[in-house]
Amino acid sequence: MNTVQESLSRRGFIRLGSGLGAGLTLALLTEGAPLLAEDPGRPAGADNFVPNAYLRIAQDGRVTILSKNPEIGQGIKTALPMVVAEELCADWRNVSVEQAPFDQSVYGWQGAGGSTGVPSNFDTMRRAGAVARTMLVRAAALELGAAEEECRAEAGEVVHDISGRHIGYGDLALLAAKLKVPSADSVSLKSKTEYKLLGTRVPAVEGREIVTGALCYGSDLKMPGLCYAVYVKAPRFGALARSFNQQDIERLPGVRKALLVKGRGGDEDLLPGVAIVADTCYQALNAAEHLEVVWDEATGARDSWKAHVTQAQALASESGPTHHKRGDAESALKGAVKTLRASYVYPFIAHATMETQNCTASYAEGRLELWTGSQNAGSGVNAISRLLDIDKKKITVHMVRAGGGFGRRLTNDTMLEAAYLAMELGVPVHVFHSRESDMAHDYYRPGGFHHLEAGLDAQGRLCGWRQHFVTYGNGGKEVRAAGMGTDLFPLAVIPSFRVERSLLPLGVPTGYWRAPGSCAIAWVLESFLHELSHAAGRDHVAFLLELLGEPRWLDEGNLRSLHTGRAAGVIRLAAEKIGWGGPKTAGQGRGLAFHFCHQGHVAVAAEVHVDEGKRLQVQRVVVACDVGQVLNRSGAENQVEGSVMDGLQALWLQRITFEDGQVEQSNFHDYPLASMRMAPKIECYFVQSDYHPTGLGEPALPPVLPAIANALFDACGERVRSLPLTQAGFRT
Amino acid sequence: MPWNGLPDLKADSFGLGWDCHSHQAWQTGHFTPIPMASFLLHVNGRDHSVTDVAADTPLLWILREQLALTGTKYGCGMEMCGSCTVHVDGRAVRACNLEVAQAVGKRIVTIEGLAGKDGGLHPLQEAWLEHDVAQCGFCQPGQLMQAAALLAANPNPSDDEICRAMEGNLCRCGTQTRILAAIHSAATKLGTKGGAA
Repeated sequence: MNTVQESLSRRGFIRLGSGLGAGLTLALLTEGAPLLAEDPGRPAGADNFVPNAYLRIAQDGRVTILSKNPEIGQGIKTALPMVVAEELCADWRNVSVEQAPFDQSVYGWQGAGGSTGVPSNFDTMRRAGAVARTMLVRAAALELGAAEEECRAEAGEVVHDISGRHIGYGDLALLAAKLKVPSADSVSLKSKTEYKLLGTRVPAVEGREIVTGALCYGSDLKMPGLCYAVYVKAPRFGALARSFNQQDIERLPGVRKALLVKGRGGDEDLLPGVAIVADTCYQALNAAEHLEVVWDEATGARDSWKAHVTQAQALASESGPTHHKRGDAESALKGAVKTLRASYVYPFIAHATMETQNCTASYAEGRLELWTGSQNAGSGVNAISRLLDIDKKKITVHMVRAGGGFGRRLTNDTMLEAAYLAMELGVPVHVFHSRESDMAHDYYRPGGFHHLEAGLDAQGRLCGWRQHFVTYGNGGKEVRAAGMGTDLFPLAVIPSFRVERSLLPLGVPTGYWRAPGSCAIAWVLESFLHELSHAAGRDHVAFLLELLGEPRWLDEGNLRSLHTGRAAGVIRLAAEKIGWGGPKTAGQGRGLAFHFCHQGHVAVAAEVHVDEGKRLQVQRVVVACDVGQVLNRSGAENQVEGSVMDGLQALWLQRITFEDGQVEQSNFHDYPLASMRMAPKIECYFVQSDYHPTGLGEPALPPVLPAIANALFDACGERVRSLPLTQAGFRT
Repeated sequence: MPWNGLPDLKADSFGLGWDCHSHQAWQTGHFTPIPMASFLLHVNGRDHSVTDVAADTPLLWILREQLALTGTKYGCGMEMCGSCTVHVDGRAVRACNLEVAQAVGKRIVTIEGLAGKDGGLHPLQEAWLEHDVAQCGFCQPGQLMQAAALLAANPNPSDDEICRAMEGNLCRCGTQTRILAAIHSAATKLGTKGGAA
């Protein structure tokens, strides 16, 4: 995470949130992306009108908008250009979107993480469009001999109502290009009520290429002389490659070279292993089947998930070091008339992007070029520069389309591998991970263990909370993505609580997985809250609303903190839409949960059916979001629907286990994804608030798990405290 | 293959059968013999000759690497995800586990051949766009090919029939509900037009 933090804070517009453990919970200090790259005052182009780094208008009127961040399926390549087009008053049907070059000195952070794409770029995109529109209006006024105030832009042309004349943007391009570019903060922005495009449903800009198979993902790249490499790593994490059957491998069809890579592992070095470079990807994959490596396992991990569960239980029976507290939890608990205790366990999980990890690199004349679907290529460039001793200025990155991210592509292992091989061998190399390699060498969402104790007072109100969080850390420091935010609901609204934290050592690599710090912990917290409201004999919605109290920002003056009124708003909306309190059929249950992260307030309500054979059907899931203004309704709903399915499969089906330092799952037969049959009816509701728009890639996911788990309890009376549900016998 | 001094193995005939070459690797090493051969494949209405490939190479890699038809995706390599779904004589088949030798003489259609020859999209592709189905999009070519085979056999499938047909096509992004809706839309449109895909 350091590299992200560095590259962001260097620009001074972004910092890590207070819950460092929450990983990519990036809080924006000021509005993001850097402005409009070029200096104001210069002429805006020659043949085309190019007022800034985000758009150009050709003389035929074609508008091209550049999308600065990587597209991994989150829809940013549609959403941000929509903002530019809105302020530009462009006709969307006449807009093409291109991936911007990778140049963080121009565009600021070009990554996908922490649901920051929309909130950190919204204002810059607006101004990029508004600057161009202002200049086009100015050009039209000159052309028409009219006052600027009498001209207005609409749907790709400037209209002069008094004379009834209008000029298309294409016809204004040359004239506008000769004008001086006004400063970004001097131009006027539209008010929300003037929006024509934002808030509507706009299909993804690459939809046609996707459905015709024409879209080029990283793994589809072709170039002259390209070789294909697989990079085989030790099954046991941390083991070293000592020797292998090189001669045999190099005699296999198409194999050009096989080499032992020392590597030390970690984020800044290669993992030890063997690389096989061949003429085709299939030949490389096939050759790897014949590989026999002698591993030096003395340094390898010995982690065992089963042993961790036992150790964590033993640790939990005692108090741990206090990590975070407010008030006096002991006294509060002593005053309780009823006390509940429960232990929750969630497993490690993998990212399993549909497109496995890959990267292409070419090295010639001291310059390195990379083609990557990375979510954070800047960090990869830093690592390459350090490890392979090459000046960052000599590294060019091309952002190619990625088949899914979910946090996996924040770790740049394939960038390092491809760069190393291209530089070592002097040929362009495409590094490709097989599914088995992708699964066995992921950077996993860490499992965790929570032992909770909470008290209820005579009125059935939550009066005290103690939590022992057993997580992973080495040398006293949490491993990546193994932390727990200090501002999570309900802790943020409880007067007296204490969170203790103990660390188990870990050799298995970990990383950020969609909504890190929240994706599993929300299940723990919101399930236990439901245990409490149930024990108190109270309605869960009323219990939550009471906890939230009066509408207020929890961190006064911080518009990015939880607002209890917005929280209550989405909880009421979800309850209303699911028919909370209404009649149920036999075997049916309803559950509800709320979570706040990534600046998004989201409540989820679920309706499930469980039969006597423990066959579970999640029938309906209602998601109520307050993420401020919604930019692309279709894209936003896609993120919510995806979050529901992702949460559902993480709750129900998925776990990564390891014994003796080796992951036990290898492909989709033992690490399943949800099928269409398991998909509930999903309904999305957005509170139409005027708050600044915030991201939606992550915040809808965390409350999905506890909402379904709470509904399951409501349906059959079984409280599952260890995931996934299949381990408790719940069938699909 | 200059790097390792292997003889340059050239196939000398197309064919429906194998044209085997001896190979140093299995003369000197302990590996199973890998016959190299040439094949004539019928893909998207055209004949393609594929030369000098191992006969057990999965069709997936032939499509992607020899014919540059990269719309067919690798997802798992063991028929678990459906990303590599193509049509072989009208049936939806996982190309990752179909040896090229077995595809000879068959009518193969990939995602690149799903649209009409006039460039008009298949009704399923249109429905996919109307419903803005894709997120990352990587699995969608396989989903579309699976759905197209379903509609060809069953022009008006029920929810249950769609779920059964699509069971083996995984989507990591969670587009299942939109896929279901899009298949229904396309079926309706096909019904209106009075014919199946």
